[in-house]
Amino acid sequence: MTFEYAPAPESTSIVDIRPSYGLFIDGEFRDSIDGDTIKTINPATEEVLSEVVAAGPRDVAAAVEAARRAYQTVWGTMPGTERAKYLYRIARIIQERSRELAVLETIDNGKPIRESRDVDLPLVAAHFFYYAGWADKLSYAGFGPHPRPLGVAAQVIPWNFPLLMLAWKIAPALACGNTVVLKPAETTPLTALVFAEICQQADLPPGVVNIITGAGETGRHLVEHPDVDKIAFTGSTEVGRQIARAAAGTRKRLTLELGGKAANIVFDDAPLDQAVEGIVNGIFFNQGHVCCAGSRLLVQESIHDELLTALKRRISLLRLGDPLDKNTDIGAINSAAQLERIRALSEIGELEGAERWSAPCPLPDRGFWFPPTVFTGVSQAHRIAREEIFGPVLSVLTFRTPEEAVAKANNTPYGLSAGIWTEKGSRILWMADRLRAGVVWANTFNKFDPSSPFGGYKESGYGREGGRHGLEAYLAV
Amino acid sequence: MPSETSRLAVRKTYKLYVGGAFPRSESGRSYPVYSAKGTWMANAVLASRKDVRDAVAAARKAFPGWAGRTAYNRGQILYRIAEMLEGRRDQFATEVAEAEGLDRAAALAVVDASVDRWVWYAGWADKIAQVLGNANPVAGPYFNLSTPEPTGVVGVVAPAESSLLGLVSVMAPVIVTGNTAVLLASEERPLPAVTFAEVLATSDLPGGVVNLLTGRVSELLPWLASHFDVNAIDLTGVTDPELAAEAERAAAENLKRVVRPPQGPVDWSADPGLERMTAFVETKTVWHPKGM
Repeated sequence: MTFEYAPAPESTSIVDIRPSYGLFIDGEFRDSIDGDTIKTINPATEEVLSEVVAAGPRDVAAAVEAARRAYQTVWGTMPGTERAKYLYRIARIIQERSRELAVLETIDNGKPIRESRDVDLPLVAAHFFYYAGWADKLSYAGFGPHPRPLGVAAQVIPWNFPLLMLAWKIAPALACGNTVVLKPAETTPLTALVFAEICQQADLPPGVVNIITGAGETGRHLVEHPDVDKIAFTGSTEVGRQIARAAAGTRKRLTLELGGKAANIVFDDAPLDQAVEGIVNGIFFNQGHVCCAGSRLLVQESIHDELLTALKRRISLLRLGDPLDKNTDIGAINSAAQLERIRALSEIGELEGAERWSAPCPLPDRGFWFPPTVFTGVSQAHRIAREEIFGPVLSVLTFRTPEEAVAKANNTPYGLSAGIWTEKGSRILWMADRLRAGVVWANTFNKFDPSSPFGGYKESGYGREGGRHGLEAYLAV
Repeated sequence: MPSETSRLAVRKTYKLYVGGAFPRSESGRSYPVYSAKGTWMANAVLASRKDVRDAVAAARKAFPGWAGRTAYNRGQILYRIAEMLEGRRDQFATEVAEAEGLDRAAALAVVDASVDRWVWYAGWADKIAQVLGNANPVAGPYFNLSTPEPTGVVGVVAPAESSLLGLVSVMAPVIVTGNTAVLLASEERPLPAVTFAEVLATSDLPGGVVNLLTGRVSELLPWLASHFDVNAIDLTGVTDPELAAEAERAAAENLKRVVRPPQGPVDWSADPGLERMTAFVETKTVWHPKGM
């Protein structure tokens, strides 16, 4: 029996996108000094949404200068109790404007409104609320009696969770007394620019938060600016490497949250229906544009066929299409370039001998789309088992023993996350001890919370975001 | 024939310490080591790239076993290291005095501080997770626990000046948390480090947990910093800023955790704090649903 769904689109009347935006520097929107312009589009329709600045080196310098001045004159010296109240204000305004921000995020990013509304925005507000409370309690955080801020933080964030990554960066930085210059991703600048308005509504002192838009080149100018004390980057491992090289020999502090190729390990005693839901959530949440996505399914050999049958049946029910539709499970791929990468790696998967299966769902005519896809018969040597695809593509491998599962799970230069599905508690703990990954989800997947530290081992980067641990990245300890 | 009072001493051959054994360099090379007063002391091993790779392989091999020991057991072994060092107090005082040009009392103070440092770190073995770990109150029905785990294989350039206290002050924090180490000893003052390896070898420390090389830092560090099976690098003993920056750039290739050289002279007798332990641990957070 098939259920028919009537369209249930979320109204876009709540958002008001300007035809163009300047840079948010020193508390105001300014024209660029030496930048270019870039267009940001709706990936579900390819329609141009707005024009933003690709900030040039002098724009970057002006933003860093404003942040330095704000650090020295107001924010770095402000009592923690006062900083806390600004952050609480921001958290509240985000809650007040959360539907508007969710819709805007979905339009600019392509993610389903169900996710931007129910996951991204609640976590954004919660993150500011959580770190607001730390601002006047830092001496109790375990970093000494008088922990000091670092100064000016240069923050560069990705396009997969635009506003949530902004929150992960700005909230702890401000709570600890730093000022920031943040560059949102080239393809998803709009919610960060609304956040700039929120800073104005909160009467945040000018220069404490500066938002400069642009692409990789702007980011490079920002992290290489000599008056930056701290670099926080979330994005690809390749760019992370470049930033680490550029920061070598300086005194800049660095935290990097990079790629992943997480193993999601299912044992033969796992509750099958729950595991199927967890696998689907693990790889298809946010179209698989998730650094901690469970992109390698390691299934115990004895249940391989049974699990794959159930998994494909479930995936066939996923609804792909208009991200603004409240029934949509799979939205648009964020950009043409990302779609191309997903296609290319999937073709390589076939060429290397893995068996491809895609959900039989129709794809819209306009926009960037990729159907939920599963590769079986994948070996550890296949590129689809080694490289981060960052899309809705699952590679299935098998194992026989827990030792083999651990060896295969750890056989990657990455180490961001891992999943374990089994009813046996002692095995969960045994596995969790041996998986070289910063986050281990047992009988669940893709859970996030402001109080829970997140970050990787090995080439997934260093430093933690979230929780008490996340403060360390913004304190002189 | 020498009389009883002028008996000819049996000298020690100073070698490397790799995988629990004392090999010479595969390169067959050595270099002269002089006392602070300029007297020739010994020919130390001039380790090579191959020795670095052997040492990293030994450290990697030892890692799962050492990281898998109980914290209590690691603490016991670190305390045993303190005991063995204390037992050789006079010998180390002589070596440190010659290497660093200290008088007898100052050299003894250095040895005593080194013993005490091992005792201090030994106690941390089963406490650091309690201080750095966290039960996180997530907004949902989940168990959520963060614990520190060792980063893996750590390359360490030991301080150039402080041949014993500096050495143990960079070694102990790396291994107490379960990492394994490849250390480059002070280039000019390597002899106390080699003798210290004899302490390690008699302390129930599994072979390969600490591997100690002597030679030219400028020759060995680039290989260590660029080795893809090294997870972190401590540049504390690097005195040339350009060499340190080059090592940091090489370390970026596999995103090693990096401890940069200190900005000024270090007082090795000061309270070490937690920084040298926190630099080489990873926080792992485990989630599990709660339900009936």
